[in-house]
Amino acid sequence: MIREYQTISEIASPLMMVKNVEGVTFDELAEIELPNGEKRRCKVLEVDGDVAVVQLFESAQGINLAGSKVRFLGHPLELGVSEDMLGRVFNGMGEPIDGGPAILPEKYEDINGLPMNPSARAYPAEFIQTGVSTIDGLNTLVRGQKLPIFSCSGLPHAALAAQIARQARVLGTDESFAVVFAAIGITFEESEYFINDFRRTGAIDRTVVFSNLANDPAVERISTPRMALTAAEYLAFEKDMHVLVILTDITNYAEALREVSAAKKEVPGRRGYPGYMYTDLATMYERAGRRVGKKGSITMIPILTMPEDDKTHPIPDLTGYITEGQIILSRELHRKGIVPPVDVLPSLSRLKDKGVGEGRTREDHAGTMNQLFSAYAAGKEAKELMTILGEAALSETDKKFAKFADEFEKRYVNQGNQTNRSIIETLDLGWELLSLLPRSELKRLKVEQIEKYMPKKEEE
Amino acid sequence: MSGTITKVSGPLVVATGLADANVSDVVRVGSQRLIGEILQMKGDSASIQVYEETSGLGPGAAVETTGTPLSVELGPGLLTNIYDGIQRPLTEIRDATGDTIARGVEVPSLNRKKVWEFTAVAKAGDTVQPGDVLGTVQETNAIVHKIMVPPGVSGVIGSISGGRYTVEEAVAVVKDPKGGEHPVTMIQRWPVRVARPYKHKYMPSRPMNSGQRVIDTLFPIAKGGTAAVPGPFGSGKTVVQHQLAKWSDVDIVVYIGCGERGNEMTDVLMEFPELKDPRSGESLMQRTVLIANTSDMPVAAREASIYTGITIAEYFRDMGYDVAVLADSTSRWAEALREMSGRLEEMPGEEGYPAYLASRLAQYYERAGVVECLGSDSRQGSITAIGAVSPPGGDTSEPVSQSTMRIVKVFWGLDSSLAYARHFPAINWLTSYSLYVDTLKDWYDSQFPGFMALRDKAMAILQEEESLNEIVKLVGRDSLSAADQMTLETAKMLREDFLQQNAFMDEDAYSSYDKQFRLLGLIIRYDELCRDAMAKGADLNALFAIPARERIGRAKMILPGTYETEYGEIEKQMRKQIADLTAGGEDQ
Repeated sequence: MIREYQTISEIASPLMMVKNVEGVTFDELAEIELPNGEKRRCKVLEVDGDVAVVQLFESAQGINLAGSKVRFLGHPLELGVSEDMLGRVFNGMGEPIDGGPAILPEKYEDINGLPMNPSARAYPAEFIQTGVSTIDGLNTLVRGQKLPIFSCSGLPHAALAAQIARQARVLGTDESFAVVFAAIGITFEESEYFINDFRRTGAIDRTVVFSNLANDPAVERISTPRMALTAAEYLAFEKDMHVLVILTDITNYAEALREVSAAKKEVPGRRGYPGYMYTDLATMYERAGRRVGKKGSITMIPILTMPEDDKTHPIPDLTGYITEGQIILSRELHRKGIVPPVDVLPSLSRLKDKGVGEGRTREDHAGTMNQLFSAYAAGKEAKELMTILGEAALSETDKKFAKFADEFEKRYVNQGNQTNRSIIETLDLGWELLSLLPRSELKRLKVEQIEKYMPKKEEE
Repeated sequence: MSGTITKVSGPLVVATGLADANVSDVVRVGSQRLIGEILQMKGDSASIQVYEETSGLGPGAAVETTGTPLSVELGPGLLTNIYDGIQRPLTEIRDATGDTIARGVEVPSLNRKKVWEFTAVAKAGDTVQPGDVLGTVQETNAIVHKIMVPPGVSGVIGSISGGRYTVEEAVAVVKDPKGGEHPVTMIQRWPVRVARPYKHKYMPSRPMNSGQRVIDTLFPIAKGGTAAVPGPFGSGKTVVQHQLAKWSDVDIVVYIGCGERGNEMTDVLMEFPELKDPRSGESLMQRTVLIANTSDMPVAAREASIYTGITIAEYFRDMGYDVAVLADSTSRWAEALREMSGRLEEMPGEEGYPAYLASRLAQYYERAGVVECLGSDSRQGSITAIGAVSPPGGDTSEPVSQSTMRIVKVFWGLDSSLAYARHFPAINWLTSYSLYVDTLKDWYDSQFPGFMALRDKAMAILQEEESLNEIVKLVGRDSLSAADQMTLETAKMLREDFLQQNAFMDEDAYSSYDKQFRLLGLIIRYDELCRDAMAKGADLNALFAIPARERIGRAKMILPGTYETEYGEIEKQMRKQIADLTAGGEDQ
């Protein structure tokens, strides 16, 4: 049923009121036709009697109350999906913008998706080797995980994400994979950096790009990640592919959400962001995962820049409560010239425990992981003390820990953007560093494993 | 009776023509028959919160009231099941609609086809009152489900017989004094927002053994008590909750995943059937009911989920069981409350939360406690309620944390700096507290004489470490007196060798009271012996370096059955090595 009205009564971008409507439903998609024939899309946010409040996805510029028509389409915003999407570039509304032919969809999917039944989830446990020691060794990524990168403006998060996309693989398998990349309000340069990297490695043929750049309509940013996830769900759960989804930058997404919320005059929550932002973000992030009996998977790496480098800002804070860990980049390490500048201590992967150990990586993985973390924490503490009191005030053990912390940053973290370390190399490097410490301090390691893996010191 | 929708705004729907409906009635909305609940009435129009996604709903669609408030079904079949926030069985929904949750699914909460073996305990002619046990059903290997006379029914049993029944078939008939006959089935319905009745409430007096050293030793919780676990993300709230669900010495665990991650529920679903209860030897799943309303599921059902959970807990409490209710996380519940309140255009209180946030939280936690159940056998049951709190940015000055802290008696404050150093459980011993320490002292003194004294000593050492650390930061460790350096060393041992506990290592995941008592004893004894030796002139660094130290460091990993003797050996070794140093010191 298509109904057309010429009764727009109010426009306050991005919202619009349409009067005297009938049969309009919540969340329905609509099309506005301007007097010059141009068409724009919008969706219904609220229907109260015969008044519908709709939200524009594009700018309101040029819309005229008397001459514009609104046509309600009877279905929510959908994306036509097909395997032909691989290798193509779309805008935030799912229309091709690479000059290629239109997609012949196999079917149309509601971009909001449906919540996954918790009893249908399969627990992610397959180790993904990213070739980055700080991730593989300490914050292990597994298939079906959502692991965001918390960055700050000016840090090389794009380089790290591209490195992961380039190097990630599951040991001993050769299954079909795909990358879904959603550019949400980022600059042309940043988006092009990713696309060039995909092109260079040949991954571009297996990549679907949804692009909403900084000069595209801000409201469209709300649908961009959902378009990307709808495509990812189709490829993963219907075409059995292992899909890596990169969403950048979630901060721009949240700002678009705030813009719409403010226009709706909703009661704001913290820092003006709407009170439902947690739920809203969760309905995106939770679409990552694996399903029982399905071969494919969605692994998600959202990237966000923390405003003022503040981890307690609502965007990183709510994200951290939903995602299964976080990789945090540090400005201090970046200044020291360490690449990638992963701040190991506050970073975390919640799903690591099921992905490491014998049969998946190596039996000593869990133990060394814990030991490296606590030794690095102790080392940083010792170094702090050293800056206040001078080196002389440290005990012999503390000096060793301080040296360990330095070496750890220099050799373990600082591996560069092009090095692809195998998990065995990463674990062995960990042991080499731990051999700097007195054995009585290595309480988190099993005695047998120390005997087996600890490199023997030459001077002794 | 049915009305018509006039307004749709997200999960809030307004409908007219419902003058005869009651506030809190469950309604069916639209052609898909979505489930909703009436929140407000104005004239003949009702504001309804819909528990499912409302996309595609518009004015003109029909709304039908069921005339009953939101209720749960109670009976055999609850255990091992996983439900959503309004008690729809997720496994059966999956069979019906596939991997995602479609809308308007109607599946009964308790399986209607399953046949249970009912064993009659009462006999015809017995006079019964509400709560009396009519018979039992072996629901799982671990748990006997007691079929009770429902509240509001009393009289003489007309007929009762054991045998195989489905939940809807009458197992007995009770005749009331006026001659009315009440068939009793194995299923009871109860509105979730109303607490189930009991005879008396008592002060909690027994501890709940969690197997977690920092909890049982430093900040114990009583059976029937209330606790909160606040912490920023990544501090291990969920692991603490999972550990409690796994190892607590209660009969039944109700685990409510309220607005949290889907994979966490999957983890429980996968892991619990494999794990053995250290007491009964049966799988942990057999005593567990799961409520999963994950963050991507509709927000209105999230609001209902904690009530659904605690009502199920009350039902098992009424059978005389000790029940633990773990809600992860109450902050997400409060956010759902805030969202609905905003859509109802209520005047917001602090940070946009409705003004009734604190009273709702208090009502929830007040449903915990030790009670004498209904029924003539004066059995006792308890509900221990533990809620995770997820304060934004880890800052507990926000309304949900503050309102919770005013109610609960135990506070396990998680700390991100401990988590960064991988000190888990990251329960901060300086900010946490338990108001049950005094109440439980009698129990500890009778079971483990000396335990409380050790605890107090350990707490004192940890407190002193904090103030000494301030000095160390200013002047360095070497300028401290030998006694103070000893305190720092013991505190380090307490932290690393006692408080840290690895939930992912089988050897360490659970510690019995006895093991905790002996392990703490070893460390405190080391402290005392060293102080004696120092007084006799032994060298401090030599005392720190004795070989027995490394064994103490690994002592927590020693398995039940062998730790008693091994700890004895360690102590012997430690005494000897310290004595040797003293003797050596005197020689010089």
